[in-house]
Amino acid sequence: MRATTTAAPATAARQKWMRTLALAEPADLAAAWQDWQPKPEVRRIRGPEIGLVMVRGRIDAGGARFNLGEATVARATVHLHGEALRSDVLGISYVLGTDLEHAELAAVFDGLLVDPDLHDRVLAEVVAPLARTQAERDERRRRDARSTRVDFFTVAREHA
Amino acid sequence: MYVAVKGGERAIANAHALLAEQGRGHPHLPVVDPAQVEGQFGVLVSRVMTEGSLYDPELAARALLQAQGDVLEAVTLVRSYRTTLPRFGYTCAIDTSGLAPQRRISATFKDLPGGQQLGATFDYTHRLFSAAGAATPDRRVSDGVDGEDQAMPRVADLLGAGALIEPDAHPDQDATQPGDLTREPPVFPMSRAERLQALARGDEGFLLGLAYSSQRGFGNTHPFAGEVRVGEVEVEFDAPELGFGVPLGRIEITECQMVNQFTGSAETPAQFTRGYGLAFGRSERKVMSMSIVDRALRSAEFDERVVSPVQDEEFVISHSDNVQATGFVEHLKLPHYVDFQAELMLVRRLNEEFKESRA
Repeated sequence: MRATTTAAPATAARQKWMRTLALAEPADLAAAWQDWQPKPEVRRIRGPEIGLVMVRGRIDAGGARFNLGEATVARATVHLHGEALRSDVLGISYVLGTDLEHAELAAVFDGLLVDPDLHDRVLAEVVAPLARTQAERDERRRRDARSTRVDFFTVAREHA
Repeated sequence: MYVAVKGGERAIANAHALLAEQGRGHPHLPVVDPAQVEGQFGVLVSRVMTEGSLYDPELAARALLQAQGDVLEAVTLVRSYRTTLPRFGYTCAIDTSGLAPQRRISATFKDLPGGQQLGATFDYTHRLFSAAGAATPDRRVSDGVDGEDQAMPRVADLLGAGALIEPDAHPDQDATQPGDLTREPPVFPMSRAERLQALARGDEGFLLGLAYSSQRGFGNTHPFAGEVRVGEVEVEFDAPELGFGVPLGRIEITECQMVNQFTGSAETPAQFTRGYGLAFGRSERKVMSMSIVDRALRSAEFDERVVSPVQDEEFVISHSDNVQATGFVEHLKLPHYVDFQAELMLVRRLNEEFKESRA
């Protein structure tokens, strides 16, 4: 039972880049924005602001839901306008933690990704490198964890 | 009864300045950075997040520094802070088998699909001080191991396949919203969902003591650690303006599935029953205690006689919150002069009456 909701292809693609932007190191995102040209006009629609979400788990891991505890979340909605864009777009972000700049930049890049003319360029120049860094980190953690695999054997005679 | 007092402003201000000075430590030593606390006191940070009921390692580290390491003060800081923030909503239920765990062990099956993985653990350490100046030795045994990860199905599901354990899922389980103790006051008897929410934020020491009592015979649990998992899970938020689950990032969690003997009844054949524990960060002792207490509190479901404190829901839940507990215990040190004057007068009068009657 995955937490991921079954989604239409367009939704699934947006979820995927939103995940990468949320998991990105804020400094990497800031550097990507620094390098991005031409910059669109960014108008804040909502936030960036900090709030809470109640994290839910499931009883016995697979049963009914229960409220585990809250987590801090920063969110932003921005309106983008610029010559490079086919039309004005809205970018939205929700990111764990209290980093307002992270939320704002994630929303800006989400908006640029929504634009059909810029989509491929943002994906290649911003999202792909971030995803690569994250995959490398994950693989490092998995390699370390794998080194702690253990085979216990019982000393008493075993019964089949 | 507490009657307010006035005065003492200067003394209080000086006391707080003195507290800050004491917490600073030796002035020649560098000030500890919250990021250092987050990185090097990870288990402590986990406890503050779990009992503060707020996942934010950075805030928990700051709280610990400000509280000079007093866990309950830090938990109180975190709880107070959360009341200042708006609630955006609820997340989709996290899937604890979704990502490869860092640690995954079972005390019930040694050869389980996906294997046992110790991860970063204090288990099997010698509990001896390491060499002077090397509290955390900078040593890597291995450069990691290449390979593919097999799927790690839940141990309880292996038993579930043979109907040897009670099922976890029910067809209509998502039909109703679980109760939320941060929104509605607790009413006894609670649902299991509400109980788990209370236990998740409950004091680790209190739950450990209760779990221990039930193992020693004040209760009726015969637990096996079916599975303990530590790892990161993804969190998704069902944002109303988007209409789909937005990935927020990952949180680290610890989970314990305790498997308990059940001898069966007139209607049900013998099978294993479950106790569940879930907490933020690396909180193994907490989730193990939580899962034992969770199972003990299910006595009504299994027609078990309630004979011990750990089985008494109102007793356990009403006293497990350490912010409430410490607030009530520690308020006793605040000025109770008027209160005490009244009692003093009463005792004097009774004393005089006693002397007169003996005269």
